[in-house]
Amino acid sequence: MGDYLRPTSLEEALGALIRPWTVLAGGTDFYPARVGRAIDDNLLDITAIAALRGISADAEGWRLGATTTWSELIETALPPLFDGLKQAAREVGGRQIQNAGTLAGNLCNASPAADGVPPLLALGAEIELAGRAGTRRLPLAAFITGNRRTVRAPGELLVAIHVPKPARPARSAFLKLGARRYLVISIAMAAATLEIEDGRVAAARIAVGACSAVAQRLAALEAALVGAALDPGIGDRVDAAHLAPLAPIDDVRASAAYRRDAVVTLLRRLLRSFS
Amino acid sequence: MKVAFTLNGHAAAWEGPPVTRLAAALRDDLGLIGTKIGCDAGDCGACTVRLDGRQVCACLVPMGQVAGHGVETVEGLAPNGRLATLQKSFLDHGAAQCGICTPGMLMAATDLLAREPSPSRRQVEDDGKIVEAVMAACTPAETVLPAAGAAVGARLARLDGVPKVTGRDLFGADAVPADALWIRVVRSPHARARFTLGDLGPLQARLAAVLTAADVPFNGYGIYPDIKDQPVLADGLVRYRGEAVLALVGARGEVLAIRDAEIPIAWTPEPPLYGIDAATASDAPLVQADKPRNLLLDGGVKRGDLDAFTGCDATAEGIFETAFVEHAYIEPEAGWARRVADRIEIHASTQTPYMDRDELASVMRLPPESVRIVPTACGGGFGGKLDLSVQPLIAIAAWKLGRPVALVYTRPESMAASTKRHPARIKARFGCDAAGKLVACDVSATFDTGAYASWGPTVANRVPIHAMGPYAMPNVRTWGEAFFTNGPPAGAFRGFGVPQAAIAHEAMIDVLADQLGIDRLEFRHRNALRAGDVTACGQTLDHSAGLAQCLEALRPHWRRALSDVAAFNARGDAWRRGVGIGCMWYGIGNTSMSNPSTMRVGLAADGTLTLYSGALDIGQGSNTIMTQIVADALGLPVGQFTLVTGDTDLTADAGKTSASRQTFVSGRAAESAGRDLRQKILRLANAGPDATLTLDGATLKVSDGGVVHTLDLAKVGSLMGEGTFDPPTTPLDADGQGIPYATYAFAAQIAIVEVDTELGTVKVLRMVAAHDVGKAINPTLVEGQIEGGIAQGLGLALMEEYLPGRTENLHDYLIPTIGDVPEIECLLIEDREPLGPSGAKGVGEPGLVPTAPAILGAIHHATGVRVHRVPVLPHRLREAILAQGAKR
Repeated sequence: MGDYLRPTSLEEALGALIRPWTVLAGGTDFYPARVGRAIDDNLLDITAIAALRGISADAEGWRLGATTTWSELIETALPPLFDGLKQAAREVGGRQIQNAGTLAGNLCNASPAADGVPPLLALGAEIELAGRAGTRRLPLAAFITGNRRTVRAPGELLVAIHVPKPARPARSAFLKLGARRYLVISIAMAAATLEIEDGRVAAARIAVGACSAVAQRLAALEAALVGAALDPGIGDRVDAAHLAPLAPIDDVRASAAYRRDAVVTLLRRLLRSFS
Repeated sequence: MKVAFTLNGHAAAWEGPPVTRLAAALRDDLGLIGTKIGCDAGDCGACTVRLDGRQVCACLVPMGQVAGHGVETVEGLAPNGRLATLQKSFLDHGAAQCGICTPGMLMAATDLLAREPSPSRRQVEDDGKIVEAVMAACTPAETVLPAAGAAVGARLARLDGVPKVTGRDLFGADAVPADALWIRVVRSPHARARFTLGDLGPLQARLAAVLTAADVPFNGYGIYPDIKDQPVLADGLVRYRGEAVLALVGARGEVLAIRDAEIPIAWTPEPPLYGIDAATASDAPLVQADKPRNLLLDGGVKRGDLDAFTGCDATAEGIFETAFVEHAYIEPEAGWARRVADRIEIHASTQTPYMDRDELASVMRLPPESVRIVPTACGGGFGGKLDLSVQPLIAIAAWKLGRPVALVYTRPESMAASTKRHPARIKARFGCDAAGKLVACDVSATFDTGAYASWGPTVANRVPIHAMGPYAMPNVRTWGEAFFTNGPPAGAFRGFGVPQAAIAHEAMIDVLADQLGIDRLEFRHRNALRAGDVTACGQTLDHSAGLAQCLEALRPHWRRALSDVAAFNARGDAWRRGVGIGCMWYGIGNTSMSNPSTMRVGLAADGTLTLYSGALDIGQGSNTIMTQIVADALGLPVGQFTLVTGDTDLTADAGKTSASRQTFVSGRAAESAGRDLRQKILRLANAGPDATLTLDGATLKVSDGGVVHTLDLAKVGSLMGEGTFDPPTTPLDADGQGIPYATYAFAAQIAIVEVDTELGTVKVLRMVAAHDVGKAINPTLVEGQIEGGIAQGLGLALMEEYLPGRTENLHDYLIPTIGDVPEIECLLIEDREPLGPSGAKGVGEPGLVPTAPAILGAIHHATGVRVHRVPVLPHRLREAILAQGAKR
């Protein structure tokens, strides 16, 4: 039987991290990986730390606390910029999972099919890591480095996700594709944030998940969208060549070729949803 | 850690490791077994409780997070024994079937209704795990119990339903004695390997026992008396991934704490045989040493002359393939055993108590009378609980150690170890004349039966009889064969191979109809087997062949659907709708084999009226159906009956809950038992056949034409009625000629689907199901079977594919959720079967059989793509759509 620590302050949590702990929050990835065997991890349960919870805003943007659950995100009044992230939140498991699972857990678990990653990439989110030596911030794209790998050091905790305020009015959207309607691990998903000026795209951030070890931004497509009018024709700007950063695989859910093909459709539909 | 919290409104205290799952603490420490564990991974929702008013999976909540918070479980819904409105609604709408996931659904629905007092269907779907009960979409069952003589045909709420909606029903894992030892099974990670055991001494020193093959008195079991090929524990050789090798017996925490590295097994893996092609290759190694060519068995039906194909005006042919499919009952295999003097007593979840008894007697080398099976409530079976699972290990350990021993499979263990639906490759050729009358068919069905025989012979025998479909066909050759592989044992699964065969024959019918430009429904109507027709086995169907009536009932729905779909498709975008139709027939009961049921009904000296039913209710409702039948046969109201079910010491053998046989076979026995008791009472009162009975305490009044005879049961003594029925069949000869079944169910279903042609996804929008059930003893329960069958058939068609080692959980292996299940309209056709109780036949399997063919036909109608392999995963359909586009 391992140790279990549930600190109420960040300082206490970071103080404990002088030795290795498994960090526990919503448990929605932790327990499924431990079916039918004794659990002997040393556990640092971060759900009692008030500073890690909740969503706040200031002039720079928004701070999403690490242990904010998907349900709390859905229930928080937020501008249309967050529509895509909320759409993703509604697709994470069933209501039971949305009530328990946390944003930070989704990122730290770093599954290639993590539903939170593409919309947060499309929001230009930054990750705040705290250690005993202080905090550091880095872009989400630099935080997740591979399948189930992040740059979080053993002595660090992910404390918040920061979403910068866009320079212009912005909206976002998200589409998920699975082999059944609900409660499904994604075959592919796509997220977009468009900054809009005079009815045209001034800046775009597009990300695709479950088609590479880590969800990827599609820089070429983002560039191709600048200047596009928000009409149904915007979908036609998607070209298969824009998918170059993706490296889909064959697995039990779908073939690589299908993923490449389906992503084009998802992206076109996603962009048309802005018109 | 001490945890103080609020439980169902009251202060509660718990102590234990803080990482303990809330679900485990509730069940194991706090005695609240209403919270069920189906997966321990947040996939199934059976353990849903409310934490501070929000629904969560109790299997994902550490007790460390519960301190100071409020937990509500199903036990809190009816604190004073009065059912909550929602529980009542579940009961009235037949929402609780086996009941294993009912507590979780109730808690999820409670949470939804707290947020949305009048939820839309979409809102219900968005919540994900809630059935239709809260939508008031079903016809309510009658909640006032009918009077004497009015039970058959009534929409009676399930008589055993209250414990299911209160969480008090006891399933296999729910009543394990506190002093029980637990088993953890060590299973093979390899599909084919030899192994040697190292020194077990260190493990034995830490545990109560470590069982190996040497501890099993007779180490082979199997469905057929002459094929006991499956070892309880493997002896140096494993044939599939998940096969049991060792049983660790000890305190629950101790067996779980053993690390894999501490288990001394030296493996020598060998290349596994996966699939029919590998098993039938000329140089294939044998899976079973005594089965040359890896052939389990083969056989078929021949009638007429296949030269008739030469005269056909239209012919169709195709090869169709299906995958391993998992039953995915939400209750994993579970039970416990204890030794009582020289007998062993098994309390486990099962579909077949008497077969379990005899098989355990064989494994333990005991006389059958020394084995007592006490079935627990069964949280779903679908055929998967017809084979032994936990029983032999708990029995051997309890016998050896003299203490109760329990075993509850984990979800991955259940999926790896249990039987599956047979993967099939079906080669079919059908021909008809210019008028669309079927002339000839030639079907070869090849099955992958996995590592052990299980119910493979049953599948291989049943399919050739059904493979031409429910049509009059003068010239027939059908063939079934099953081969061993290193896949999981393929066994019994709702339909015994007929659902796979129906995919092939219904595609052939569609192709022929399209070739001739005949409407697909009318083509089927033209060829439907009718009373008076002769089957390919040479059996004349004297009665109850209601396919034509089913099709006639569907006709208006079909025409409307065709025109609706045409209007929708005029939009010309990426979404295309289609309508499909599937037909089936299904022989009720065992194939050409005796399968009797005996039922008893007793009237005790104190006036207690008891039905002793060995027919196991695994959710389909036989406890209610049998009581309805016996009540009317005896002439007393259902409300006066108590029920004793399943226990082999207390009930007679009523066979297996399989082959859709309980209503027909055991129901007929129940009817005879009721009549037998009635006759005895009428004789005692010297009353005529039309007399009416009234039971009040120990006083039985017999009213006959104004004369009332009063019987004091205390003086009369106890009375017992008994009935036995064995459906009349004959063996089949080498050409499959004979009478394989006494009666057949018929059905036709329509599916309306929408295909996203750019993504290859399919949404089934609506199903209309017409079933000839002979007589619906309880229409609500019949509809429940059809709706469940359709959900399972949809899974077979669109998403379910078991891959050993890759889809051993309920997030990689997908089964339909409420978001996938369409609106379903049931049309019940009652073409009376004279042999059945009140004319009834069976419906358990027929609900599933036509579903996949209807969906596949609708996909073809929508896209022009004829699917030859299920499940139709999005990438497979999209690939086919692209290939078709390239051809054009």
